[in-house]
Amino acid sequence: MVEIPRVIPVLLLKNAGLVKTVKFKEPKYIGDPLNAVKIFNEKEVDELIFLDITASNEKRMPPLKLLADIAGECFMPFCYGGGIRNIEMIKEILNVGVEKVSINTYAAENPDFVRDAAEQFGSSTIVISIDVKRNFLGKYEVIANSGKVNMKQDPVRYAVEMSKCGAGELLVNSIDRDGTQNGYDIELIRKISKEVDIPVVACGGAGNLSDFKIAINEGGVSAVAAGSLFVFHGKHRGVLISYPSQKELSNVFFENN
Amino acid sequence: MIVIIDYETGNLGSIRNMMKKIGCEAKISSSLLDIENASKLILPGVGAYDSGMTKLHSKEMIPVLHKKVIEDKIPILGLCLGMQLMTKKSEEGKIEGLGWIEAETVRFRFSETQKQFKVPHMGWKFVSQKMENPLFKDMYESSRFYFVHSYYVRCENANDILATTSYSEEFVSAFCKGNIMGVQFHPEKSHKYGMKMLKNFSEM
Repeated sequence: MVEIPRVIPVLLLKNAGLVKTVKFKEPKYIGDPLNAVKIFNEKEVDELIFLDITASNEKRMPPLKLLADIAGECFMPFCYGGGIRNIEMIKEILNVGVEKVSINTYAAENPDFVRDAAEQFGSSTIVISIDVKRNFLGKYEVIANSGKVNMKQDPVRYAVEMSKCGAGELLVNSIDRDGTQNGYDIELIRKISKEVDIPVVACGGAGNLSDFKIAINEGGVSAVAAGSLFVFHGKHRGVLISYPSQKELSNVFFENN
Repeated sequence: MIVIIDYETGNLGSIRNMMKKIGCEAKISSSLLDIENASKLILPGVGAYDSGMTKLHSKEMIPVLHKKVIEDKIPILGLCLGMQLMTKKSEEGKIEGLGWIEAETVRFRFSETQKQFKVPHMGWKFVSQKMENPLFKDMYESSRFYFVHSYYVRCENANDILATTSYSEEFVSAFCKGNIMGVQFHPEKSHKYGMKMLKNFSEM
């Protein structure tokens, strides 16, 4: 490894406010999204991912006005996901200055849509977000609609299918680890990143900076994402937006190897 | 007036946002008249080589671009695919490129021992500057830029190479041949570093 991998805050939107969940439940209000973006921008984050966690279930349009405001403040790659169901919608989202879109529910329902979107906007614009949960037998399953609909699909096979459809990147989120800060599900991300050639971003469970290194070195992913780690502070989980400096990251990834 | 050429490839909103932030007047346009009247041009682009060239052709932009760039020699900055279109051709496509610089666009290839490298090459990188150029004027120390690409430019003349970046191998991340400049990264997505570069370009 010669460079610091991408380290990406994932911010969840609900009713135009930022929230953070635990295992996709108990959304806790964090604050105003624009304010958070300004802070992350000052800290020169590598990238930001915004996911509207109720857009799909409420069959709502993406919050374009908010996205435009965010993109006006956000001079790093910025990915939006939530409720994307047609090409026109993607066009509008990109037009306000968003860099990538993340598709989850509709990709699982209609893989051909991923093919169309990748063809039209280029693979690097299309991120496929895969939410995964272990069932009671310990088997991994793909869950759509913000953790509500079990697609009865093996995530590894699904990831391969999505990459063949032209996805440029996979955001793999462990529902079981979400908000727990107990570390990434290394087994899950390793299984997926071994089978695809496109970048895999690990999400769900990061509790400290050394989890990033484990995800990269043992999980084989190209980038890491985290929510709680960047918005909470201390054991009482007080809201405090933070992001490591390049020096801190460099220490984490390159020292004591 | 700087004209950001709109030929329907990719995301111009972020370039517009950054130009606005640095207080620079820039117009996104697909009008031949606007291009004709431009003092500087930005050629952006995301997506496939042939689809980019096809759109430049179908919008009949190539003659006026050629006149502005080759005859009038106004500064032009190609970003990502825009940079690659300035070369003679690409391994990604069959259609001839603009051919403004002696260079070709080739795909990243990895040997068996380079399995860890993925395509697209995506992420933040340092660039190693090979010569003085106004684009890098007063650039911050350890400046980093955001890349996302599967192909890269190979220059025939070493003198045209403005900066290189390392991935599986060292590749050209910026070139400059007189008024013709191209960068493989996305300054519009590269925090204050990219902002500085676009400001430098606007002040040329």
